[in-house]
Amino acid sequence: MNVNELAQKSVQYRRNILKYIVGAKAGHTGGSLSCVDILNVLYNNVLRVSPETFGSPTRDRYIQSKGHTVEALYVVLADKGFFPESDLETLCQYKSHYIGHPTRKIKGIEQNTGSLGHGLALSVGTALSAKLDELDYRVFTLLGDGELPEGSNWEAALLASHYKLDNLCAIVDKNTLQISGSTADVCNTDPLDQKFEAFGWSVRHVDGHDLAALQEVFDALPFAPGKPSLIIAHTVKGKGVSFMEGQLKWHHGVPNSEQYAQALDELEEAALALA
Amino acid sequence: MGDVTTVITDTKAGQANLDVFSSTLQELAATDRNLLVVTSDSRGSGKLVPFAQKYPKQVVEIGIAEQNLVGVAAGLASTGKNVFAVSPACFLTARSFEQIKTDVAYSNNPVRLIGISAGVSYGALGSTHHSLHDFAALRAVHNLTIVAPADNFETEQAIRQAAQLNTPVYIRFGKKPMPLLSEENKEFLFGKGRVVSEGDDLVLVATGETVYPALLAARQLEQTHGIRATVISMHTIKPLDCDLLATVAAKGCPILTVEEHSVYGGLGEACASFLMMNGFRNRFNIMGIPDEYTVTGSQVEIFNHYGLSENGIAQEALTLLGR
Repeated sequence: MNVNELAQKSVQYRRNILKYIVGAKAGHTGGSLSCVDILNVLYNNVLRVSPETFGSPTRDRYIQSKGHTVEALYVVLADKGFFPESDLETLCQYKSHYIGHPTRKIKGIEQNTGSLGHGLALSVGTALSAKLDELDYRVFTLLGDGELPEGSNWEAALLASHYKLDNLCAIVDKNTLQISGSTADVCNTDPLDQKFEAFGWSVRHVDGHDLAALQEVFDALPFAPGKPSLIIAHTVKGKGVSFMEGQLKWHHGVPNSEQYAQALDELEEAALALA
Repeated sequence: MGDVTTVITDTKAGQANLDVFSSTLQELAATDRNLLVVTSDSRGSGKLVPFAQKYPKQVVEIGIAEQNLVGVAAGLASTGKNVFAVSPACFLTARSFEQIKTDVAYSNNPVRLIGISAGVSYGALGSTHHSLHDFAALRAVHNLTIVAPADNFETEQAIRQAAQLNTPVYIRFGKKPMPLLSEENKEFLFGKGRVVSEGDDLVLVATGETVYPALLAARQLEQTHGIRATVISMHTIKPLDCDLLATVAAKGCPILTVEEHSVYGGLGEACASFLMMNGFRNRFNIMGIPDEYTVTGSQVEIFNHYGLSENGIAQEALTLLGR
């Protein structure tokens, strides 16, 4: 998929994220909008997985550690045909399987997550299995910058390097905001690149909304033979909707009808600009 | 009534559960290249050095990082690996509780969690190293079988059955050499308690390393007072064998539970809950470690201190019987 096609997908994904969050009256809007460009490139141009190959032992794996932004994942998986998009009309409703965090009850989701600091260890185990079996699948995991103070991340980071897991790629959706404020104020994890490099990882920075740059950085994997790769994706919380961008209150804010209409207008303009 | 005088013949004399665990894993690994032992610097304490020497490619060392141990084990299991995650029970179940809940049980990654040196096996190392909370904590986790084998036979069977299970399991056992409880009744199935002695006057429901002193207590009670007890090795804490409990409770005699665990939240409370909710009103008591940090001493000394011994159990039984 070329960059323009990807860009159109991103607009559509953003529309859908808002649509289903508004329908559910719940969801993590800001983070879903910050990570959706990453998921867009991953699922459309990087991951070797499809609804048909989801059960295959050699499929690439994607594990979403920052489980609260599952709405972005649901929207992308629906677009890729893992389940009918209309299923998302039940998002967060009574007895729906489409709950507010990833669950294996949904086709396309590899692991149940939601508690923070779990995805990297799960990914290390999965990537290690590929090495043991000499299979060439890769494992991708999306971390939030707000979840990095969980110590389990650092245990897993250490082991990934110990086992030379160059089939593992972690992406940090670095939108710099978490529920209580800026990540720098809550518990500063910078300089993140130096920390991971000291743990034996190979690290690159990217603009997490530059689809061409994302494509380029994924194409460069692994960044160094024998080392796990970390992509620090610099993103904006609420990206794509002017009044949400960089605003803490949209961490799990749900737009009212006027805000929703304005957001759709802005996304329509973005779509027209691409046409 | 079973012949309790013949029960303590040990066909694997001197072997600890850990030896049996290790040798059973080696047997399984001989035909299962998919079997992995995942450890947190516990190859030595888990007696897994022979396994590691024989099957070095089937050992994954995590280092001392129990949360990571369980998370990585879950990732490995998700790819079809037959994973035995081994760590001291105290750390495995306390430090990694959320990983057990979320990565293993909630995601249904069939990890075989092996808690070694459980209960007060570490004796004088103190309360940081005692695992007296694991039944309580893990009973509340859905989709997890919880097992405490009572002898070498049960340990071997538990490991073999765990290897075949497609759901998560937690198995805990101690360090010291174990007797063989019975040459009879050699059936072992998760979720089915094992009757190792039969009688109509009293029921002793024990688990893990307390089954043996319970059996000795039963023998003493018969020899000195003519009291005949049913002794059950309730090796599976969850799912509890409620059918067997109902059957023995229907006799109407007193029921005494015994466990190497806090009196809160373990086997005893599981039995009490079932019995009360199903209308049984047998006299009942729970023996275990009281709500305190344990005294210093060896496992045997600690057992004796809290009455988890032949004499202590016999005495408690007499009290319950009103004698």
